Amino acid sequence: MVKIRFLGVQGVSLGALAFLYLPVAVLIAFSFNDSRLSAVWQGFTIRWYGVMLTDDALLAAIGNSLVVGLCSTVVATILGLLAAVSLERMGSARGRLVETTLVLPLVIPEIMMGVALMLFFVTALVPLGLLTITIGHAVMNVPVVMVIVRARLRKLDPKLEEAARDLGATPWQAFRRVTLPLLVPSIIGAVLMAFTISLDDFIVAFFTAGPGSTTLPLKVYSMVKSGVSPAINALSAVLIVVSMLLIAVSLWFQRKGGVALFRE
Amino acid sequence: MAWMGLFFFLPLLLVFVISFMMRGTYGGVEWVFSLDNYAALLDPLYLRIYLRSILLATATTLLCLILGFPLAYYMARLPAHWQAVWMVLIMIPFWTNFLVRTYAWIFILRSEGLLNTVLMEIGLISQPIEILYTDAAILIGLVYGYLPFMVLPLYAALERLDRSLVEAAADLYATGWSRFRRVILPLAKPGVAAGCLLVFIPSVGAFITPDLLGGARTMMVGNLIQHEFLVVRDWPFGSAVSFVLMAMVMAGLWGYLRWEGRSWLWR
Repeated sequence: MVKIRFLGVQGVSLGALAFLYLPVAVLIAFSFNDSRLSAVWQGFTIRWYGVMLTDDALLAAIGNSLVVGLCSTVVATILGLLAAVSLERMGSARGRLVETTLVLPLVIPEIMMGVALMLFFVTALVPLGLLTITIGHAVMNVPVVMVIVRARLRKLDPKLEEAARDLGATPWQAFRRVTLPLLVPSIIGAVLMAFTISLDDFIVAFFTAGPGSTTLPLKVYSMVKSGVSPAINALSAVLIVVSMLLIAVSLWFQRKGGVALFRE
Repeated sequence: MAWMGLFFFLPLLLVFVISFMMRGTYGGVEWVFSLDNYAALLDPLYLRIYLRSILLATATTLLCLILGFPLAYYMARLPAHWQAVWMVLIMIPFWTNFLVRTYAWIFILRSEGLLNTVLMEIGLISQPIEILYTDAAILIGLVYGYLPFMVLPLYAALERLDRSLVEAAADLYATGWSRFRRVILPLAKPGVAAGCLLVFIPSVGAFITPDLLGGARTMMVGNLIQHEFLVVRDWPFGSAVSFVLMAMVMAGLWGYLRWEGRSWLWR
């Protein structure tokens, strides 16, 4: 009886997992479809990947995405790391309040952030472009980095830093030579995750992009909307595989740290 | 802190302020105080958009709960090694490109798409059913997109659940259903609340899903905001629309934090 019920639960679980992966599999399969209309299967081809690689606008968008991703990740990592470390040193009541405020960007709808940043930049007369997208992504990613690093920081033994201090290290030396090296895996995990989020973000870029600052998801969106070239499927497949790989590596570095994002 | 203040809280404040301004003649903002934008929001047209967003988000949350609970429960009972594997399997699609994953559903749902082809092959239907560009498609897309938001907090709560409590209930002759209802569910409550909140918030403000999978007549708040800002270029009105959405989200969040705070005191 119990066994049968558990099998039912297992069935639902496997079904749910299939539900999560099925569309991705379909998309990747169709990126190899030799048909202009892409509705029916007409044999295997890799020519859409070739078409994709000769599209200059597309390559420019990839370049933009990489620049934005790298710059925003650097900013977000430094600020997120600082926030995580200084939160750890705050009292619990104040720390909790500050933490709740800092993770707010993670919970409000993304479109709010896009709209707010756009109005802000326009009012401050900052021209919309790669710079504004970069700032937007850095704002999105500071809390992500902070939460991931903090999850690791909490598990560290405070005695380690105390021991370093007893041995005559200054607070900075103790942090630099004891705490920081221990944080490295979680920082790498956070960096990869922030980079992936930036690479994948559509909404914030949609609102804060200006002329000539098309990032990859913006390009994908306009291709989906106009629906002309099957190269979009090839591009989507590449994008999905790349971000899945990045995330898998990131999760490996964080170990269970990624769960922390949901425990908040 | 200063960074987040400058680029996060200040912009949000700006949305709030601009929502009380008037639209300039050529788009932009005329800095005159007015309540017109909020008055305009009372138009049944806009109220209906809010209502359908809330309904769709609620339906999404319930479906995620129904689908996510067994999944989280199953995961929590697996051996530790397999738990980690499933965890990664759930998280990977969640962090990968949302736009592209939503786009993939067009392949499956459209009238000559995979779903209709399969259903017609096995003879279940004789004519393709129209799913794409309806509310059903939006619902499927939203559940698909936000299911991990439900599973992960549920799993975190169920993983901590003490198995011996369920066994004790069984020893006291509780049936399967009452074990679930009176032991597992109350203990998983924090996870359920967190999961529902995490699914509801992005669903109610969704833009990509209704934009790609919904039809012209199926607007959600997210579409309205985009429309006002980037098409009509009525920023003050768009700000008002956004701010009402934000207020809804904050009310939910506040309720949750209060509820969580109370249960913490009670414990």
